[in-house]
Amino acid sequence: MVKLVMTEEETMLADMARGFLDGAAPVGKLREMRDAGMTHDAALWKEMADMGWAGVLVPEAAGGSDMGFAAANVIAREMGKTLAVSPFLSTAVIAATALRQVSDTRATAALAKIASGDVTYALAVDESVKFDPDAVQMQAKRDGNGFRLSGKKQFVVDGSLADRVLVLARTDNGLTLFDIPADRAGVSREASSMIDARDAARITFENVEATGEDVLGAVDSAMDVLKPALNAGQAALAAEMTGLSAGAFGMTVDYLKERKQFGVEIGRFQALQHRAAHLWCEIEVTSSAILNAGRMLDEEPDNAEMAVSLAKARATNTAILAVQEGVQMHGGIGMTDAFDMGFYMKRARVGAEWLGDYSYHAEVVAKHRGF
Amino acid sequence: MTMTAGSTESPTESFRAELRGWLEENCPEEMRDGGLTEDAICWGGKDWVFTSEAQELWLKRCAAKGYTVPTWPVEYGGAGLSREQEKVFDEEMARINARSPLESFGIWMLGPALLHFGTHEQKLHYLPPVARGEVRWCQGYSEPGAGSDLANVQTKGEDKGDHWLVNGQKIWTSYADKADWIFALIRTDKDAPKHKGISFLLCSMEQAGVETRPIKMISGVSPFCETFFTDAVIPKEQIVGEENKGWDVAKYLLTHEREMISGGGAGLSGGGRALGAVLADTMDVLDANTRADAMRCEVDALAIGLTLERYKDQSEAGQGAGDASAMLKYMGTELNKQRHELMMNAGGSDALEWDGPLGNRAGDWLRTKANSIEGGTSEVMLSIVSRRVLGLPG
Repeated sequence: MVKLVMTEEETMLADMARGFLDGAAPVGKLREMRDAGMTHDAALWKEMADMGWAGVLVPEAAGGSDMGFAAANVIAREMGKTLAVSPFLSTAVIAATALRQVSDTRATAALAKIASGDVTYALAVDESVKFDPDAVQMQAKRDGNGFRLSGKKQFVVDGSLADRVLVLARTDNGLTLFDIPADRAGVSREASSMIDARDAARITFENVEATGEDVLGAVDSAMDVLKPALNAGQAALAAEMTGLSAGAFGMTVDYLKERKQFGVEIGRFQALQHRAAHLWCEIEVTSSAILNAGRMLDEEPDNAEMAVSLAKARATNTAILAVQEGVQMHGGIGMTDAFDMGFYMKRARVGAEWLGDYSYHAEVVAKHRGF
Repeated sequence: MTMTAGSTESPTESFRAELRGWLEENCPEEMRDGGLTEDAICWGGKDWVFTSEAQELWLKRCAAKGYTVPTWPVEYGGAGLSREQEKVFDEEMARINARSPLESFGIWMLGPALLHFGTHEQKLHYLPPVARGEVRWCQGYSEPGAGSDLANVQTKGEDKGDHWLVNGQKIWTSYADKADWIFALIRTDKDAPKHKGISFLLCSMEQAGVETRPIKMISGVSPFCETFFTDAVIPKEQIVGEENKGWDVAKYLLTHEREMISGGGAGLSGGGRALGAVLADTMDVLDANTRADAMRCEVDALAIGLTLERYKDQSEAGQGAGDASAMLKYMGTELNKQRHELMMNAGGSDALEWDGPLGNRAGDWLRTKANSIEGGTSEVMLSIVSRRVLGLPG
């Protein structure tokens, strides 16, 4: 019985995040980075770490701010509004959550480095065009006390620049999650030229050596560690996409109020009013699913799967609608590179795919609902 | 949670334990089927004929505890539950698949309006009989010339000192032929601007000069009526709120009506059974298209359900929900229409028979077509959002 209302702390966090991002990471910043061929800004990430964002899910004992999943969603949502570029989801949400499932000194040390902003991570799961962890084929063969990893991963978000990679591979009796440095011998990374101007990579593993130390959690039991991390990542990505929807929507409504055709503001036309109003309704409904997912992850993590998939499914459809309506209602200018809406559209499409598309998550919801 | 002797339970959890025991003891077995069909509903009222002894017993037992209107104050027939307790109540009722003991427009619409605008005496007089299911109310809002333009009501009340003399016609007065009383919008000042000359009046359906006639609908039944006022006398004390300020009451009530209608779409009424499961009743194997459509509806229904909960939580926390009811009404009713299209599809030719193998599925399907019209059309809802939320020029 979670309470679906923003706490005062969350409202303050959102206000603070908005203030910071409007100044330090507006959409114009993404444009500058794209034009300069940059996909990571280390100084910006350090600033975010100093505000406690990198350690949002890191225990205080390891130097984190430990604000919880709902708070991580609040930050992700604000980042979505301005399309802020950062390894927040890969590192602060997914990797930190995975590491938190393991209580050894190595994991604690890794969490401390995440919190201070001194290490970044990427999650390497996908081997085909769709997200499907259960179908992973990459092999980690037993080799003495350790393993040899061979295979190819694609759509490794933040993968070309991350310091470390969490790799999902098949072992004798199941799947195992490895945490290895990206510069280990046999790892070759090829940066993908992504439509959203963000970092992603294709990574080839050729007989890469891994020791028992590199296994995160237990051998053959990757999901014990990875499942909570995926839940957290999917929820935060859904939050980011809902922020993205709100950002695109805000620009669109502003435009309806100022653009004149036939001698009046186009926002006077009922055809456009109703489209805008419908979009607002969709964003409101999706926002409830986001809030619920964060609350469930914080309060009932073992029962959170459906809430997370509901959030990601809704967020995906809402974002796709928001950017399409955004372009359509802006008309020709919405199609130009000089205008920001295109950045929203491209990021929405990438977010739609990452960590499971609409169908993947709707399927999870349907299974929970018994059909 | 684990309970050990001497542990301190939260007040919410001790309420849950107490309620669970009460339900176990008091909810008749026959009332634990979720009550999904129209004839499972107990509407109450002076002329109500209970469909079973269990239905009567269930109503009486709930009414005695205030559980027909759990959040109303105890003195007006409720149980005075907090929002937290209400959630527990809903969860525990759903857990045993209990039917709602009583449904009525008195509960959904008049009650909230009276609680907000009524005098203490009016609340004491009108609300307990609603809570006990003894008086059934209907709504006199729309007129032949006042549909989406609701404030254009022409039914007029002439001031005769201690009463109004009312003449005019209302339409879409749901179940007026079965109701004991009507709450109606009456024009009491014909010279004022249209929103400012309306009063919210209460009138007995047995009052001389009040007549009602059912309208046969496409679903084959007549839940809606026309109601005529011909020199009907309504005493002055039967006004809610101030004279000529009935539009405020009307709007407030409409927000509750809209939330009520949207709840149906979210599948929250009727135990929240998954659409896929409902479809599987008639299709052993859901074909890929039907299943995909059902998944989409289910995702949307769950998210709309969460939104209803969120707004209730926000309003309890004192955070204004703005014009949320228009949004919920629009989203919920459009979804409900889609759900029923899917149910017709899944039923195939069996669904095409009146009272065939699938009961009244066709009638239910046709009934949902009114959802996006009654209580304000989808287009009116979108215009409200556009103006009041988005601030687009009117």
